[in-house]
Amino acid sequence: MIEFKNVSKTYDNGVKALKNINLAINEGEFVAIIGLSGAGKSTLLRLINKLIESTNGEVIFDGNSVTTATGRDLINIRRQIGMIFQGFNIVKRMSVLSNVLSGRVAYNPTWKTILGLFPEEDKQIAYRALKRVDILEKVHNRASDLSGGQQQRVAIARALAQEPKIMLADEPVASLDPITTVQVMDYLKKINVEDGITTIANLHHVDLALKYATRVVGIKEGKLVYDVQMADISKEKFYTDLELVYGRPIHRDEVLGDE
Amino acid sequence: MDKITVSKPKKFKRNLIVLTILFLIVGSAWFAGFNVIEVMINLNKGSRLLGRMFFPPDLSYLPNIVDPMIETIRMAIVGTFIGATLALPVAVLVANNFIKSKLLHGPLRIILNIFRTIPALVLASLFVAVFGTGPFSGVVALSIFTFGLVSKLTYETIEAIDYGQVEALMSLGANKMNILRYAIMPQILPQYMSYTLYGFEVNIRAAAVLGYVGAGGIGQTFEFNLAWRNFDRVGTIIIFSFFIVLIIDLISSSIRKRLV
Ligand SMILES: Nc1ncnc2c1ncn2[C@@H]1O[C@H](COP(=O)(O)OP(=O)(O)OP(=O)(O)O)[C@@H](O)[C@H]1O
Ligand SMILES: [Mg+2]
Repeated sequence: MIEFKNVSKTYDNGVKALKNINLAINEGEFVAIIGLSGAGKSTLLRLINKLIESTNGEVIFDGNSVTTATGRDLINIRRQIGMIFQGFNIVKRMSVLSNVLSGRVAYNPTWKTILGLFPEEDKQIAYRALKRVDILEKVHNRASDLSGGQQQRVAIARALAQEPKIMLADEPVASLDPITTVQVMDYLKKINVEDGITTIANLHHVDLALKYATRVVGIKEGKLVYDVQMADISKEKFYTDLELVYGRPIHRDEVLGDE
Repeated sequence: MDKITVSKPKKFKRNLIVLTILFLIVGSAWFAGFNVIEVMINLNKGSRLLGRMFFPPDLSYLPNIVDPMIETIRMAIVGTFIGATLALPVAVLVANNFIKSKLLHGPLRIILNIFRTIPALVLASLFVAVFGTGPFSGVVALSIFTFGLVSKLTYETIEAIDYGQVEALMSLGANKMNILRYAIMPQILPQYMSYTLYGFEVNIRAAAVLGYVGAGGIGQTFEFNLAWRNFDRVGTIIIFSFFIVLIIDLISSSIRKRLV
């Protein structure tokens, strides 16, 4: 589904954010990417939909090169990739419905979307997406009137409206409280399992990775240092392995909300 | 208990700055021929003039200045509308986070700054020379001035938007036009309308004066009566203009408060 072939990224200021990444992600996986702040997790995620460009190597999505795609080809790739962010990034001054419908812009002619004209079937897609995350009753509210957790659900609905093949989540719960965190993660997991949407999430809490991911990938100083299928490994082994990613042992009592 | 002593703050630098500023003020007053005695004499002359304007003003002249006042307001409305409408697309082109081209931004910004810094009155006298006297020259002057003002304020607002919303739209496959429509416009539209109203407030004042150089509106009536030394009528014009400007300001600023 997604393949990194020898991918490196050096930013304009000389920071080597990623070094020679080789990684293949298969359909239906729920991959958690973990690593210290600045390790290169966001960089990795943003290379998948070309929000940033790689310096070397190639990223492949569904058989097509993302690295060389431009114009219409890039739009066709991007519309199949949903993305949610730590800061939600929904448009606060628009209604919930307009936000979710904006997930359909790449499927419609520009002159129509500019006028805000979406076909009835797109509206149905939007309503269904809102219903998936149990927030349909807010459809006509202004997005800014919603709480953080609700805004993130609208962001998920917007991504769902794209009818995506994969979902990228860059620290989707880092600005939410523990209860809302579990809610939002549960929705992501449900979508992953029920719709088979491949999900890649940067997570700061290893216990969330443990609870939700089928596979954990560890990044340290721009290098891929850890990659494990959670089915193959015991909880205890996982915790001791974390030293490989974080550079020192992680004690069980350092982990939040351990269940 | 030991007494704590700290070093005295150094005041030398501050004193030097105060002295320099004082010197500059006194120096420029002297240079400009500012003279207290002359002010007193003129104050006397001025108060006599004020007496002839306002005690009492010629209120019977009021019906004659309604039409020129309406023309003034019309000039301000049309000038604001044309200037602000042109300003929006140009602001989008000039903002460095929508189109990333220094080659485009540099020259455009210089032009905008020139437009904005030339006073509307100077522009108006220029256009009176080109198009002749009358409100048309005034409208063109106000349009250009508004254009400069609103486009500058708007492009600065565009550059300060939350870029996360733009990235989100990019990530789902939106093209430039869709990013403009769904990520940029919702964020800047209230401010843009507020700047436009502000431009209108400024333009009402400017339009009232423009007639002085022959560019139409109430200023022309003012100039005419001043020339004929009809000071009581001049007083009426001033009072009337004052109230109109005040009312428009009140309405406009209360709308602006609600916008942002
Ligand atoms: N636009 C940029 N320009 C220059 N350097 C950048 C840029 N974005 C990120 N970096 C640098 O690249 C490195 C990796 O950043 P990245 O954001 O991928 O880390 P991260 O693992 O997502 O960190 P965090 O957990 O804090 O989000 C960091 O050293 C960061 O300072
Ligand atoms: Mg990050």
